[in-house]
Amino acid sequence: MDFTIILQAGIASGTVLLFATIGELFAERSGVMNLGVEGMMLIGAMSAFSTTIATGNPWLGVIVAMLFAGLISQIHAFIVITLQADQVVSGLSLTFLGVGISLVLGEGLSKAGTVSLLPNFSIPLLTLIPIIGKIFFTNQSILVYFGYLLVPLSWYYINRTRPGLHLRAVGEYPSATDALGINVFRMRYFYVFVGGMLAGLAGATISLAVSPGWFSELTTGGQGWIAIGLVIFAQWDPIRAAVGAYAFGALRRLILDIQGPLVLFGLANPFYYNPYLGFFLQMLPYLFTVVVLVIGSREAMRKRIGAPAALGNPYIRGERGK
Amino acid sequence: MTESTTVKQKMPFRIRIEPRLSEPPAWYPALVSFGALIVALVLGGILITLSGGDALRSYQHIAKASFGDIGVISDTIVKATPIILAALACSVAFRMKLWNIGAEGQFIMGAFGASAIVLIPVLPADTSRWVFIPVMMIAGMAAGAIWGFIPGYLKAKFNVNEIISTLMLNYVAVAWVNFWIFGVWTEGGFQMSPKFPNGASLPRLLELSKTFPAVRGLTTHLGLLIGIIAAIVLWFIIFRSRWGYEIRLIGDNPRAAQYAGINITQNTIWVMMLSGALAGLGGMSEIAGVVHRLQTAPIAAGYGFTGIIVAWLAKLNPLAIIFVSILFGALILAGREIQPSGVPKMIQGIILVCLIASDFLLRYRIIISRGEE
Repeated sequence: MDFTIILQAGIASGTVLLFATIGELFAERSGVMNLGVEGMMLIGAMSAFSTTIATGNPWLGVIVAMLFAGLISQIHAFIVITLQADQVVSGLSLTFLGVGISLVLGEGLSKAGTVSLLPNFSIPLLTLIPIIGKIFFTNQSILVYFGYLLVPLSWYYINRTRPGLHLRAVGEYPSATDALGINVFRMRYFYVFVGGMLAGLAGATISLAVSPGWFSELTTGGQGWIAIGLVIFAQWDPIRAAVGAYAFGALRRLILDIQGPLVLFGLANPFYYNPYLGFFLQMLPYLFTVVVLVIGSREAMRKRIGAPAALGNPYIRGERGK
Repeated sequence: MTESTTVKQKMPFRIRIEPRLSEPPAWYPALVSFGALIVALVLGGILITLSGGDALRSYQHIAKASFGDIGVISDTIVKATPIILAALACSVAFRMKLWNIGAEGQFIMGAFGASAIVLIPVLPADTSRWVFIPVMMIAGMAAGAIWGFIPGYLKAKFNVNEIISTLMLNYVAVAWVNFWIFGVWTEGGFQMSPKFPNGASLPRLLELSKTFPAVRGLTTHLGLLIGIIAAIVLWFIIFRSRWGYEIRLIGDNPRAAQYAGINITQNTIWVMMLSGALAGLGGMSEIAGVVHRLQTAPIAAGYGFTGIIVAWLAKLNPLAIIFVSILFGALILAGREIQPSGVPKMIQGIILVCLIASDFLLRYRIIISRGEE
């Protein structure tokens, strides 16, 4: 087993989680929790794949995926921002809706065969760096490189720019932000849309790059929920989100690859000879998410840092600010 | 927030939205929910038509295939039974604003726990029903309660978000059951256990057909009665017991509950265990009443998720859950034959979206008046 190859594939697989996590992070920073990530990712994966089949152009697939998922996210935005409903239940219903719509529109797509995928390439010079060059910069999808750019850009945007300051203010103290003349409602709609688009991109990354195809609900297999867990682990920070997402991607790959070889560390590979032990491997990403949540929550309690103060609360104009 | 907002001004009539200051009459929430259901079905119909289906025929088919004659009504009730218990599980947790999305996993673990009694075996295969069924019920509830305890404990001690932890445990439960039926209890290499002995199955109506010929072929099983009894017991717990009062108070106003000296930490764990036990009982009822062997697909069929919608539609009222479950049982039963196959899931999603949106009408009044004021 060559670990650099596993890590290389893990980075690609982690890019899916990265997009979804950063997207959710933006929405939550503005004060809106969107539990519909899984549904929006499925919408993205389905529409990216079917658009690419219909047009032969994967770029069009990515754009349609982002727009469709962004559009779906606006249902949640309307319900929780304008109608001030409970964000948990609305987000859940968005997942149901996304799963249902993608199953209906994706009917028959699983037999559609192969499509032209997004290009993979290596970055000259950077590939020469030992180990890191192989893992990060050799034969990766263009979306993976986009992920590398997204992390520092998001961090810079949130922490060092004026709109980023407004974003943080809306999530922490909406009534004060409103008094400054910033439209809280419009900002929240916008960042929920950004979250939806990135979830759609995450879905497109699955169906057009990481594991091409449409496998109904198994396409995402709970990664949208893992992304929501990662936001908590990341403490709403894009850099920590990236660490978490890539680590999870590597774990997912390791689980797939560890079952292949006959010999593991010089011993007979138990997972090869007893395939049913593989079910314990399948549990790992989900158990790890719980462990990561425990770590993140304990750390947050100790350091007294936490979620954006207004997360989960509707903003009602004229009501006393909290 | 007494200030009213004027939405449109240059119209021949004015629409004003005002917060409700008094409780609406008792029939009003039911009417709003019913209206939301109708809107959802219309929207679903539009989507079915857009994706190339025939909406009217789909709905007609659902009605006929679920309430058309006594036989299918019985099948509808069989489908509704696990939903009742899963929805009760969700309702008690939601009542405390504990978002247990893991009824699905607790349901699966309940089925596993009940099956373990037969498959280990804890009881010999020729044990009488009177012993088998209660022991399986206890095992199912215990397994579900353990699966609810984990996220409850993590929430209470470490403030771990229960939405994510319960959801993650759903996937773990599926892999766990798969391991047992594939690696240990497999029947001929298939991913299923051997069939259970007769003693381990819940009695069905059709067994009475010698005395009452009218019930011939009816598959409704004792699980329905278990579900109804559980609903009544839960209603008493929630609305007539001290514990239920504490649960409701924590849900409505955690700060007031804390000042009143209610132990939120302990209640979090207990309510999650009760919720898990109810879902686990649902898993037991499904495995002993319908499937009669341990197998993943018919158990992990999304009853736990449907339970969330049903609990919400029933406004978390245990008795209303029974009736709403029957509606959803119909949707699932008849939906199996509808193409495209995602339609029932999509309609469930649309119903939930419309329901949540309609809650706005419970909190605000919309006043339409003519001309300028």
